[in-house]
Amino acid sequence: MRHAGIDIGSRSIELVVIEEGKVIVRKQAESGYNPVERVEELIADISFDKVMATGYGRASLEIAFDYSTVTEIKAYGIGAAALHPGIRGILDIGGQDTKVISLNENGKVFKFEMNDKCAAGTGKFLEMMAVTLGYKQETFGLEALKGQEGIEINSMCAVFAESEVTSLLAKGCQRADIAMAIHQSVCRRAVGMIKRQDLKAPMLFAGGVANNSCMIHLLQQTFGDDIVIPESPQFVGAYGAAILAGSL
Amino acid sequence: MADYTKMWTELGLDLDNHDALLENLGGAYQSIFMSQEKRPEGMGYFDFVMSEAHGLRIQELRDEQEAGRKIIGSFCVFVPEELVLAAGCTSVGLCAGADFAQEEVEKVLPRNTCSLIKSFFGFKLGKVCPYMEASDLIVGENTCDGKKKSFETFSQLVPNFYQMDLPQNKAPMARKLLKHEYMAFVAKLEEMTGKSISLEDLKQGIATVNAKRNALARLSKLRSADPSPISGLDALLINQIAFLDNPARFTEKVNVLCDELELFVKENKGVKAVKAPRVVISGCPMAIPNWKVPAIIESTGAVIVGEESCIGERGQRNTTDDSSDTLDGLIDAVVDRYFKIDCAVFTPNQERVEHIKEMAKNTNADGVIHYGLQFCQPYIMESFSVEKILEKDGVSVLRLETDYSQEDMGQLSTRVEAFVEIIK
Repeated sequence: MRHAGIDIGSRSIELVVIEEGKVIVRKQAESGYNPVERVEELIADISFDKVMATGYGRASLEIAFDYSTVTEIKAYGIGAAALHPGIRGILDIGGQDTKVISLNENGKVFKFEMNDKCAAGTGKFLEMMAVTLGYKQETFGLEALKGQEGIEINSMCAVFAESEVTSLLAKGCQRADIAMAIHQSVCRRAVGMIKRQDLKAPMLFAGGVANNSCMIHLLQQTFGDDIVIPESPQFVGAYGAAILAGSL
Repeated sequence: MADYTKMWTELGLDLDNHDALLENLGGAYQSIFMSQEKRPEGMGYFDFVMSEAHGLRIQELRDEQEAGRKIIGSFCVFVPEELVLAAGCTSVGLCAGADFAQEEVEKVLPRNTCSLIKSFFGFKLGKVCPYMEASDLIVGENTCDGKKKSFETFSQLVPNFYQMDLPQNKAPMARKLLKHEYMAFVAKLEEMTGKSISLEDLKQGIATVNAKRNALARLSKLRSADPSPISGLDALLINQIAFLDNPARFTEKVNVLCDELELFVKENKGVKAVKAPRVVISGCPMAIPNWKVPAIIESTGAVIVGEESCIGERGQRNTTDDSSDTLDGLIDAVVDRYFKIDCAVFTPNQERVEHIKEMAKNTNADGVIHYGLQFCQPYIMESFSVEKILEKDGVSVLRLETDYSQEDMGQLSTRVEAFVEIIK
């Protein structure tokens, strides 16, 4: 039996197929302006028996293909617990949302928190700042690591932060230093959410932003070995959904 | 609906705005309420009341006025309906459940004001609330800072505003203040009607309101069955209509519905599947047509089994003792009854969390969703301690903070769905 999980987020779509408990397919695409069509392309040459959708766009897949759905909170919980048994907390920074999720001893979600209307501190925020500073999104974290600490970005709002960055540049601040400051600002917010919810260790850092080496570095500065980075952090939700597809 | 254009024009409503509001409301009602399956037949009456909320009901109020009764509009469960009825007047709740004419509102109120306050300003400035326009007296009560300060401005917008002070704690002095305010309110009603309230008048007023509260309590109790015989949306609607309808007729119709629901319970008939996740909503009031969060909750397959809210349990819990033989004794009984209200403007306010616990237990709830309106400090602040105490007691809590806009629908759905997954 092949079980597929599709995590349809605001920025990207992930597909995972598992067979006999092993991952046999892992694919990703940008959500773009027609995510349902992107999903059709993604699964065009893939066969599976059961499928579960998760993520922000799950309802659109329920409508388009009658897929079963689960929230990304549960999907991340299941995926994280399967990847790292004993995990007690998850930080997931995705395109639009930042979530912290508490798991009990049995890997079950019992509490979660997420940002509400605003995209402050999410992947989209980093993406916008990378553009403002002229960095490529993929190397933004690495470049930021070259920067010195010391500057502070104060704006929570992505649009205001952009003008703050512009004025720092005008003042002659180093691009890499500003990049470091931006990552620190995102990290501060994530750490705040983790502490507010009193997340237990070990924690898993999941979602697309967990590929960013500066974010990893900064979070490890605060939490040390308590924070675990999985191999493919953006696929944790799709993996969890694929596992859940098996119980349909 | 019959053509009420003439009546609306006489009331001074803005007909274009009002048409737009009714069209919106009608659409929302169809998709949220009429699409529900297995609704009890007794809901037919409440659907009818809703369809005529701006029509026939307003006509009735105007007929009452014609016959010499005064219409008293209010915003809060602290304005005692017993006293209003005893004075031979009619009590109605005013509109405050949707964003309307917000650009006009933001000329007179800060943007970061709670939706409920901005809403009743919007209904007034947009001239779309027939209850407001038909009221002979509008009573504002000093609950939260937002309301009491905004009343300073609101009193300039309406010709017939009366302000009532309220205590903030449960000390003996605070009870004295409440009695003083209720006596002053009685004096105001008597001045308006030109008649004094008699012992018999108040006995009758208390009897009418007690009967209404008993009917609503009966409805609440029926919801503890699994499967629940009525959806949370329908039960909320009934609690909302409790503020608008003729109290005696409303009581009768609630009891008729309860007779039907009792049969449902006997036959194990329910609106949702057996073992559907059961949720109590707690927190800020939800005036018509504020159905956003309940609609999201029930769309996940969960069922709402109680509202710990002013529109719901907080407004209906406790009846008034009618045993005294003196008018002053009866007024004391009214004061005692209202003094038990556990609104979050009180400090300290431990009774409330005890009530939530009690409701969660009595309704066999799996979890509590705490509903806070953005910028409603009393309830949002209290939500932290409510969450802490309930979770210590083993009850799962989800705190939500939202307003009347639709922009956070996606986020809210994810949160509520995830919470329902947790409590399943």
